[in-house]
Amino acid sequence: MTNTTERTPKETQPERATSKETRSEFLYFALRNNKLRIGLAVILFFLVLAVVGPWLTDYEPYAYVNPGGAQPPSAEHWFGTTMFGQDVFTQFVLGLRSTFIVGAIGGGLGTLIGIVIGFTSGYQGGIVDEILNVITNIILVIPTLAILLIIAAYLEVRGILMESIFIGFTAWPWAARAVRSQTFSLRARDFVDLAKLSGRNSWKIIFGEIAPNMMSYLLLTFILQFGGAILNAATLDFIGLGPTNAVSLGLMMNNAVMWGALLLGVWWWFVPPGLAITAIVGALYVTNVGLDEAFNPKLREM
Amino acid sequence: MRRYFGRKLLIYGLTFFLAVTIDWMIPRFMPGDPIANMLSRATVNVENAQLMYDYFEQVFGLDVPLWRQYLNFWAALFRGDLGISVYMFPTPVTEVIMRAVPYDVFLLLPAILLSWYAGNKFGAFAARSKWLDNTVLPIGYILTATPYMWLGILLAWVFGVVLGIFPLAGAYGFDVRPQFSWTFIWSVLKHWFLPFASIFLVRFGGWAIGMRNMIIYELDADYSHYLEALGAPRKLVRQYAYRNAILPQITGLSLDLGIIVAGALVTEVVFSYPGIGTLILQAIQNQDYFLLQGCFLFIIIGVLLANFVIDFVYVIVDPRTRLGMVGETA
Repeated sequence: MTNTTERTPKETQPERATSKETRSEFLYFALRNNKLRIGLAVILFFLVLAVVGPWLTDYEPYAYVNPGGAQPPSAEHWFGTTMFGQDVFTQFVLGLRSTFIVGAIGGGLGTLIGIVIGFTSGYQGGIVDEILNVITNIILVIPTLAILLIIAAYLEVRGILMESIFIGFTAWPWAARAVRSQTFSLRARDFVDLAKLSGRNSWKIIFGEIAPNMMSYLLLTFILQFGGAILNAATLDFIGLGPTNAVSLGLMMNNAVMWGALLLGVWWWFVPPGLAITAIVGALYVTNVGLDEAFNPKLREM
Repeated sequence: MRRYFGRKLLIYGLTFFLAVTIDWMIPRFMPGDPIANMLSRATVNVENAQLMYDYFEQVFGLDVPLWRQYLNFWAALFRGDLGISVYMFPTPVTEVIMRAVPYDVFLLLPAILLSWYAGNKFGAFAARSKWLDNTVLPIGYILTATPYMWLGILLAWVFGVVLGIFPLAGAYGFDVRPQFSWTFIWSVLKHWFLPFASIFLVRFGGWAIGMRNMIIYELDADYSHYLEALGAPRKLVRQYAYRNAILPQITGLSLDLGIIVAGALVTEVVFSYPGIGTLILQAIQNQDYFLLQGCFLFIIIGVLLANFVIDFVYVIVDPRTRLGMVGETA
């Protein structure tokens, strides 16, 4: 999921991120990259829907607005109603919001922790690296879901924010590994040695010399973490350990399956949430590849 | 090589220790009182309830100090004793899990291995062929992005409800009994196919994309260009590229196991397939912490064992690890 693309070996060329020339070159390739264009368009579409959507509907997500029960999509209820007569569209757009929140916070936190740990172990090397690496590997091996289940089952009341934070705290090893290996390869460069000779402290070198040279890489890592967090949240919600006080796409699917929407053919209840997750995460992956091609001359289409 | 395995064993040992500790904490520090919960279902009068409460507290070993409970937990673990299920009292947790395990092995092993093999082959095939790259790989991206349960729900709906070809739930039909007969085997296979297909498809996309990217990278390597310059046939160059590209994919398999297992669990929930996933759902719904505990432990042991096997395979496949030339593989 998160990792298939993350594993791709990349050679970070020092990018001279500040020079105008490189930036316009990047933009030139980025704007002409179809993958990037399609991916961004899909994400933007759902983002706008998540922001604007709740204003387009007059219903409450869990209010029983349709006494007739499950009804296929109509002008009144754009995505139909659930078995209890709840408006699916309302749940859907609110669920979209949760999805983006989980992705941004969970993915952001995962990337942040990963960056700090990756930089530290990649730059310091030696015993610090050994210890951090062992910790990273341990958390990598334990199925994330198991940890998340335990934490989620602990809490009686769970919010989206809490969920995102926990997801972020269990997802960082991927980012840490990626950042560490990149830092390793950059650490040996001349300009880093020069910076060391000039007596600057480690964090200044990391953020002033190393980080700017792998900015593209960090962005890609964040995108993958974003998608991973969304998928993780969907899994958790589906087992019934999602937010207790909010709507989410995983929760919608959980409800649909629990109340037999499959057998009764209420497809408008379970198709939209899964479709949205697939589209968003798929678009993220495609954007990731597109960006990668724009950043990395070796991967550009001939 | 000794260093390689020593390192691995250290990490697995530490992982196991940490996992067991987390696992032990579940029923002790979780809200809700499993015993009170269980007694509330059996209607007994107040006096007897207290007596029974004490009795069960002793049965579950909750009447000694925490540190003792922790040590006892480890001791019991090595005896293969994971306690007694509250939800299915008085069946031991080990027995409940052992009943589910065959289904998991039957579902997961083929799904993981076949998707890995087919995905790699296909990804290698699609790399650098413009037509496949542009048509089939986008599908790969969509497949990896699909939440397991949603693909499961869709397949169940299309093939189970709309077309009515495959059964929706369970491991075999209600009308057959577990025995060695063709009707039974047929029924088992029919129930197995959809959950298998949903896990297979999601993973297939992931492996295909990963392999495609690796092959493109390898085809750009010096040795590939050198071979090409020598006039080696395209097929031979690709063969070498494939053998190099497969290594990260093996590491990837061990890294992805946790994610795959999580996906398989929710797939089982969708299809009510009687494996560990469904068991976990029941355990959560019934607050059966001992069962939950056992399931985790089992998953973790399974993942660790699988990792260990993959490490062995890696050493066999990559001669460099044998000679100790690379210390870093996973």
